[in-house]
Amino acid sequence: MPITGSDLTRQTAAVLAEAIRTGEASAVEVTQAHLDRISSVDDRVHAFLYVDAEAAIDSARSVDAKRSAGEVLGPLAGVPLALKDVLTMRGVPTTCGSRMLENWRPPYDSSVVERLRAADIVILGKTNMDEFAMGSSTEHSAYGPSHNPWDLDRIPGGSGGGSAAALAAFEAPLAIGTDTGGSIRQPAAVTGTVGVKPTYGGVPRYGLVALASSLDQAGPCARTVMDTALLHSIIAGYDPRDSTSINAPVPNVVAAAAKADVRGMRIGIVAELNGEGYQAGVAQRFRESLAILEHLGAEIVEVGCPSFEYALGAYYLILPSEASSNLARFDGMRYGLRVGDDGSHSVEQVMSLTREAGFGAEVKRRIMLGTYALSSGYYDAYYGSAQKVRTLIMRDFASAFESVDVLVSPTAPTTAFKIGEKVDDPLAMYLNDIATIPVNLAGNAAMSLPVGLAPEDGLPVGFQIMAPPMADDRLYLVGAALESALYDQWGHLLIEEAPAL
Amino acid sequence: MSTAMPETIPYDEALNLFEPVFGLEVHVEMGTNSKMFCGCPTAFGGEPNTQVCPVCLGLPGSMPVVNRTAVESTIRIGLALNCTIAEWCRFARKNYFYPDMPKDYQISQYDEPLCSNGYLDVTVATAEGPKVVRVEIERVHMEEDTGKLTHTGGATGRIHGADYSLVDYNRAGIPLIEIVTKPVAGAGHLVADVAKAYVAELRDLMRALGVSDVRMEEGSLRCDVNLSLNKPGSPMGTRSETKNVNSLRSVERAVRSEVERQSALLTAGGRVVQETRHFHEDIGRSTSGRSKEQAEDYRYFPEPDLVPIAPSAVWIDELRSTLPELPSAKRSRLEAEWGITPFELATVVNAGALDLVEETIEAGVESAAARKWWTGELLRSANDQGIELADLPVTPAHIARVEALVADGSLNDKLARQVFEGVIAGEGDVDEVIASRGLAVVSDDTALLAAIDEALVAQPDVAEKIRSGKVQAAGAIVGAVMKSTRGQADAAKVRALLLERLGVTDA
Ligand SMILES: [Zn+2]
Repeated sequence: MPITGSDLTRQTAAVLAEAIRTGEASAVEVTQAHLDRISSVDDRVHAFLYVDAEAAIDSARSVDAKRSAGEVLGPLAGVPLALKDVLTMRGVPTTCGSRMLENWRPPYDSSVVERLRAADIVILGKTNMDEFAMGSSTEHSAYGPSHNPWDLDRIPGGSGGGSAAALAAFEAPLAIGTDTGGSIRQPAAVTGTVGVKPTYGGVPRYGLVALASSLDQAGPCARTVMDTALLHSIIAGYDPRDSTSINAPVPNVVAAAAKADVRGMRIGIVAELNGEGYQAGVAQRFRESLAILEHLGAEIVEVGCPSFEYALGAYYLILPSEASSNLARFDGMRYGLRVGDDGSHSVEQVMSLTREAGFGAEVKRRIMLGTYALSSGYYDAYYGSAQKVRTLIMRDFASAFESVDVLVSPTAPTTAFKIGEKVDDPLAMYLNDIATIPVNLAGNAAMSLPVGLAPEDGLPVGFQIMAPPMADDRLYLVGAALESALYDQWGHLLIEEAPAL
Repeated sequence: MSTAMPETIPYDEALNLFEPVFGLEVHVEMGTNSKMFCGCPTAFGGEPNTQVCPVCLGLPGSMPVVNRTAVESTIRIGLALNCTIAEWCRFARKNYFYPDMPKDYQISQYDEPLCSNGYLDVTVATAEGPKVVRVEIERVHMEEDTGKLTHTGGATGRIHGADYSLVDYNRAGIPLIEIVTKPVAGAGHLVADVAKAYVAELRDLMRALGVSDVRMEEGSLRCDVNLSLNKPGSPMGTRSETKNVNSLRSVERAVRSEVERQSALLTAGGRVVQETRHFHEDIGRSTSGRSKEQAEDYRYFPEPDLVPIAPSAVWIDELRSTLPELPSAKRSRLEAEWGITPFELATVVNAGALDLVEETIEAGVESAAARKWWTGELLRSANDQGIELADLPVTPAHIARVEALVADGSLNDKLARQVFEGVIAGEGDVDEVIASRGLAVVSDDTALLAAIDEALVAQPDVAEKIRSGKVQAAGAIVGAVMKSTRGQADAAKVRALLLERLGVTDA
């Protein structure tokens, strides 16, 4: 899908990769163009927490050298990428948006970073996020919020708001996010970009700093469905260092994105996520998208998933429980922040002072929730019941997928809200993820792609597609078909309508 | 409790008044080459923090991967302990903050252990002969060890009051097996012996299975002893848990001292507090630790970074087929083969000499001689040094050599003991010690006859008695000859030569 104009930052990753392969542009030129863009807009967007221009140019140079040497380059070689600051990269600060890890430089690469490097993708830097991925707005980042390029007073979603904002601000054509309850899809929805949460176990978690181990999943983000598919195919696949990663062939997502065909497919609207309580423009664009899919040859049916009603409650027991344990290691003993080590405090006091100073309010809230939920005497009522709900949600999905190929819903109930609007109302913030959470609880795959602007505020609306585990390719079949029909309708990608910064 | 009351009541007296119930939790370091959840080596004694990686340091983002050999070892232990092997089980996180815990949780197993409901029969010696006691096993599971803290400064050697503490994470992530018994009641006065025999039997079992070399001095087997007392006919009493019990001798002493302490408390009308106590090897008693009333809540939940273990029946059968002859079966066989009583074998077992005696017999030594050396002279020497028999420099081959020399008359019993003294003192092997100490038996007849003549001259009245037929008087002359040859003569030979010299024959 060509994007007109010569600005390298406004091209798709696929186009840039092809230009680098053919020598039309060098990887260094492409990387420099994005670094320049970051220099000119990121003071307002604040997508990045760390940019290593020198390292980026170095890796771009090595791609150009490989090409000169006649080596065959990979499908995204030389294309720049923004990495969410929750994935380790050897020697590069990895803060998870927290003071706790302000100066921590991990001594090892995450699986995802290893695969990006092996694919010759140029990593520009690390992107902003809600602290330890807890939030839907990046307002819980210890380093200040990122801003939505569509309206700098608004949130870019979260927790992966930095990655989504980097894409929407044309600071990078590719990004990596992580999705525990919607942290890839909701930011994609509110920034007019594409994001995929792969099947749980589809992309190895080794080196992903855990929020909730049974829910976390890293995934690809881009501005087009095809770019997302290309990145997906690079980072997905079994890794023995992650026991929960799936040892099976990766679904052919690139072929599915190229096929872009929904003829004969059965698409299920989740009755429980059918627009009730959604912003009017969100519901409207959702309905229009269904009409397009029907027009393209899909059959639209409504499917009941009665247990989804309990998903949010179960999620806010499982997530804090696992998080309370995963975040215990941040105690000031081995790395990161240490407070009170002045000879007058005991080891327990140093741990306590460190955690008091190092964690933000939302992190503390969830650690306390989780500690409580796991406590003896409460475990069965809270964690135990939540796991039962989880089983019921899996059954809802399984029975729905007996009659439909994919399920769909709006990604988020509203468009981007104003920075500060919900920060003091955790429950309102949690409701953002009502449509995205069931997928994490069940371990399915899901995508959000932009389907227009809400008429009332002119902000992007996201459309969510959900597929069974290890049927990630179906997301791309449907997503690419819808994207293509919308492109034909508008004559351009939605992101082209984003205001110049 | 009145201050006039005794703090302890002697063990046997206490057990005349109360019935003991004990339980043991034994942790054994597995002898795998790599750690429980990463590829780091497990060798003991490395420079601190050199055998670590992101996983065993619990660095953010790292993930555990289960060591297959450790799972196999656990299943084999479970099978040897007659346990049921779970068809499906999970690891769990045990959450608590401590600086020796890289993740501030330990990956362990909680309500879904890999092995459960087994037993181990142990034999204890009693005045009426050996008695077999069945110790029921509650569970066997695997978990990871913590790092090792060293506290510097301060009086107690504990973390509180220390100037600073050092952490070595080499030990963090070493695979541990935890074996938990059900409460063992009815042992009466034998309670300390049963507890000790159980741990000894477990140790032998681990070694026989090859899953651990169980080096207690390196802390590779650690016990927690639970003990309670009750009046006959009354329900089980409140138990204490004594930690840090790290040798066979300590197991026995921990049980004894707790029986003595609790009985005094109860007799004085006090109550036993459910608490953790710390055993001190040096003084042989425990002191109170934290009370269980303020016990930590470990907030166990299934480890989400690992998938469940579901051993197939085929795999379990394969592992069953790798089980070696177990110590109890081996003992029955050896009793028959060596023609000895269970009591005699128990002496060998209690000395920790079973394998050594067996190897010595295989090296060609008579059963009686092999047992005599290992459970006599050599055991005394090991005890004097406070080490295990196997750690003495004496080998079965040494004993075989010495016995061969005794058989051909080159050594006698007394000299043989001196040979072992030399070997233990590090003077070399058997022949080297004989050479350097000049320990060969004087077998030269001329030299012996000269010594005999000398003795006869010195004791003419004795010589006359022998000549007149009082053969029993020969002992005095033989003794004098043995003395003058500094023991390096064969007494029987001296006697024969003497009688020949005087022209008398044995009556
Ligand atoms: Zn390691």
